[in-house]
Amino acid sequence: MRDIPVSLTRRDVLKRGLLGVAGLAFTTPAGLRVWAASPVTRPAERPARAKAVIQIWLWGGACHIDTFDPKPDAGQDYCGPLNKAIATNVDGIQIGELLPLLAQQAGEYSLIRSMTHGSNGHETAAYLVQTGRKPGERLVYPCIGAVVSCFKGHDPGYRGLIPPYVVLTAPLGRFSEAGFLGSRYKPFATGGDPAQKRFAVEGIVAEGISDQRQRARRGLLHQLDALGQAMPDNSQFIRLDECERRAYDMILGDAAKLFDLGTEQDAVREQYGRNTFGQSCLMARRLIEHDVKYVAINYKGWDTHKQHFEIMRRKLPELDRGLATLLQELKERGLLDTTIVWCCGEFGRTPRVQWESPWNGGRGHYGECFSALVAGGGFKGGRVVGASDARGEHVAQRPVYPHDVIGSMYELLGIDPDGLLPHPGGLQVRVTPSPEEGAQAGGRLKEIM
Amino acid sequence: MTRLVWVLLLAPLARDAAGVAPPLRPFESDDSVVTTRPAAVNRLDELVLAKLHERAIAPANLCSDEVFLRRAYLDVIGTLPEPAEVLRFLEDARPDKRALLIDALLERPEFSDYWTLKWCDLLRVKAEYPINLWPNAVQAYHRWIYVALRQNWPYDRFARALLTSSGSNFREAPVNFYRAVQGREPADIASAVALTFMGVRLESWPQARRDEMAVFFAQVGYKKTSEWKEEIVLWRPSLVTDLQAVLPDGAAVRITPDDDPRRIFANWLIAPGNPYFTRNIVNRIWSWLMGRGIIHEPDDVRPDNPPQNPELLAYLEQELIAAQYDLSHIFRLILKSRTYQQSTLPGSDHPDAEKLFACYSVRRLEAEVLADALCWIGGTGERYTSLIPEPATYIPEDERSIELADGSITSPFLEMFGRPARDTGLESERNNQPNDAQRLYLLNSTDVQKKIERSPRLRKAHADARGNRREIIRGMYLIILSRYPTDDELKQAEQYFGSGGARSREVANDLAWALINSKEFLCRH
Repeated sequence: MRDIPVSLTRRDVLKRGLLGVAGLAFTTPAGLRVWAASPVTRPAERPARAKAVIQIWLWGGACHIDTFDPKPDAGQDYCGPLNKAIATNVDGIQIGELLPLLAQQAGEYSLIRSMTHGSNGHETAAYLVQTGRKPGERLVYPCIGAVVSCFKGHDPGYRGLIPPYVVLTAPLGRFSEAGFLGSRYKPFATGGDPAQKRFAVEGIVAEGISDQRQRARRGLLHQLDALGQAMPDNSQFIRLDECERRAYDMILGDAAKLFDLGTEQDAVREQYGRNTFGQSCLMARRLIEHDVKYVAINYKGWDTHKQHFEIMRRKLPELDRGLATLLQELKERGLLDTTIVWCCGEFGRTPRVQWESPWNGGRGHYGECFSALVAGGGFKGGRVVGASDARGEHVAQRPVYPHDVIGSMYELLGIDPDGLLPHPGGLQVRVTPSPEEGAQAGGRLKEIM
Repeated sequence: MTRLVWVLLLAPLARDAAGVAPPLRPFESDDSVVTTRPAAVNRLDELVLAKLHERAIAPANLCSDEVFLRRAYLDVIGTLPEPAEVLRFLEDARPDKRALLIDALLERPEFSDYWTLKWCDLLRVKAEYPINLWPNAVQAYHRWIYVALRQNWPYDRFARALLTSSGSNFREAPVNFYRAVQGREPADIASAVALTFMGVRLESWPQARRDEMAVFFAQVGYKKTSEWKEEIVLWRPSLVTDLQAVLPDGAAVRITPDDDPRRIFANWLIAPGNPYFTRNIVNRIWSWLMGRGIIHEPDDVRPDNPPQNPELLAYLEQELIAAQYDLSHIFRLILKSRTYQQSTLPGSDHPDAEKLFACYSVRRLEAEVLADALCWIGGTGERYTSLIPEPATYIPEDERSIELADGSITSPFLEMFGRPARDTGLESERNNQPNDAQRLYLLNSTDVQKKIERSPRLRKAHADARGNRREIIRGMYLIILSRYPTDDELKQAEQYFGSGGARSREVANDLAWALINSKEFLCRH
């Protein structure tokens, strides 16, 4: 095992000295970066109500008015053709007309209608919502998935079949990344498409290669591995062989089966919707059942500058079906109590419809006010947090900033939001930003926890 | 010690139609099998063999020409040989063809590319946090290092430029040495200088000595300009009277107010008698080529980590001084030695065999070299982009991974395969250990599968064989492993082809896949 001492400024050393042992990075024989347990950087164990998280990321920014914060009285300029709100199974809560199945599940989730951060750029807003931090600081912060992967997955000695942080299907790049925590906490992105006949999970399930061919060519590899045969005692080679064995455990073993949605009943697959999003929701449920800690579904296509309403008529039923079925199934299987589900994008969309050319009925980016859905894992259902004004343009009551939501989830997961992240250089970095760092806060979501 | 005589290796090769015989033993020279007493080629070998003799450790045999060629290409230029180059070398009957090849490789532009990459690791060339050189300065710095290596600057001149330059980070590129440090306190700079040029981790020194060394960097100043991300590194004289300073070897020096302390330090450092400077660089080169330092790690010099073979280290040190710091001289000495040209197959199972250089050390290919090798086989390029920091960087597809200037270019592949973060300049930042994710990727990713299926190179080899299975197999071996198969291997691969005629492309792809996943491909050996 080789140590990697990290050079520090004297000031940092002093800080560390005062605080006692800080997290030190070292490299394990397996080549993974891990941090030595340390009383300072490891937030105290807290009673955790949630064990896992499913994040539904509406990549591009979904319109709050058309989904969770309808404004039927705002008129044509704001509602366009989607000018009806529908009642839910909770008195007094209405949602968008294209979400009838979710309307039947309102008792399971709460809606935050006063999300705000003010940023209208995809990259900066996505970073804000996923890390709780403003971009452009000296550090690149880890997103929530990486933090959960660290505290609930890798560091307590995760032994699951597949990595603890999975992204369905494509990574977002910078925003689903581990920041300064290091590559160990990056998500495993499946690639492929769960709605295809065979879900080709990158590295685990190869397209067009049958198990029989896998076995045959593995045999060939062993036969022709001349250098390996000539040096059976070489420690490097022994390690390579161990890695190969574990890789094939995943390729030919239970991991591959886990990704095989063909083992689900057709009726269930139908109920989720036979599309990439619906089948991703089903896949997420299966992953959670197999102890994965954080599943992010990157649901693309919400950046509707043009043809907004046509796209909503196509996408919202898809979202409705997939998410409602997911909530229902989690509940039926007793998993909703311990699984947080959250759904939002990097921002909302301009409440006022852009009827003018070239948009001809589109909506732009809007970080001033938008909505999020949270459910399970200790979040109460059937509530609404905060409110927007009559046209959904501004926060009217109880602003909620991204790190308020993130901090609330950490709390439910037993991660101290006021504790420290393991920084490889031993810097003191809080899990969520504090008011002293100049962070605006609306407070954690105590009213629904 | 017995003086050993260099025996030329000349074996008449049975030739087949292509002019090159299949190897009998793929990894060891046919001749060396009968050599009971290995012969030293140069003084360096004598010193290595003497130590082995002392410990009764039998050295490995000489490696085969096939292994030597591939090894030399990977070690010297970080690049796989073209099949034509392989054949030309194997057919070459000149007794000194190995030496000639080494001389030729050292002249290739890829030599500078590859060693610039190494130096950029040590000098922490990256745009982003925590080094924050920013893209413009990264390009300027990388270019400067490349030119210095291409022009084969004497190493003392190279070090002096890095230590004593002043000026703009865009125009006087070596000043970036002082910017590529985490922290700008004199102590931080001293740590970076000690690590880079002395191989010393300053943390291991008592505080008083560290403070003494920091004095030489207490007058380094930084100044912004009106140009975006331009920064001037300069000497800020701050003395009014002479200062008594103490050099790391304990010698006292007087620094007058009109003298840049960095200059005094550099003069001390690069003087031939300096106890750190020359030994450190020869030990690093040894470690880069042999896989292990004479002092190991090569950047962890301290009294309780002595050299395994002090005479060898002293010899290399004298050689570099005598060659006036021409680093290529040390490369030549090592590469042409018998020691370097040993097989990886150990001749002894003594636990210290590898430590004392009784065989060549197997190492997994570095991330960038492996990326290039896979792209070369696949006939594709890797496209690199980096969106942060701005301005975004897009690297054209035909630029090779070993040419990448910026350590912060985003690349899941390079990260997976252990590219160093370039945060500290420690050699151990580069991680060549295998892990599960790498294995999954190589064994079963669509990426690798597509590279194989779509490779024009493999397709051509297949077409050229006109359905002759043996030729297909030989073609694949030559491309991927830079050698022909042994008769045994040919037979086994043929069996895999079985009777399937229509699917022969698919079977050939499986063969390519198996060879790519073999240890022989994945490791330098």
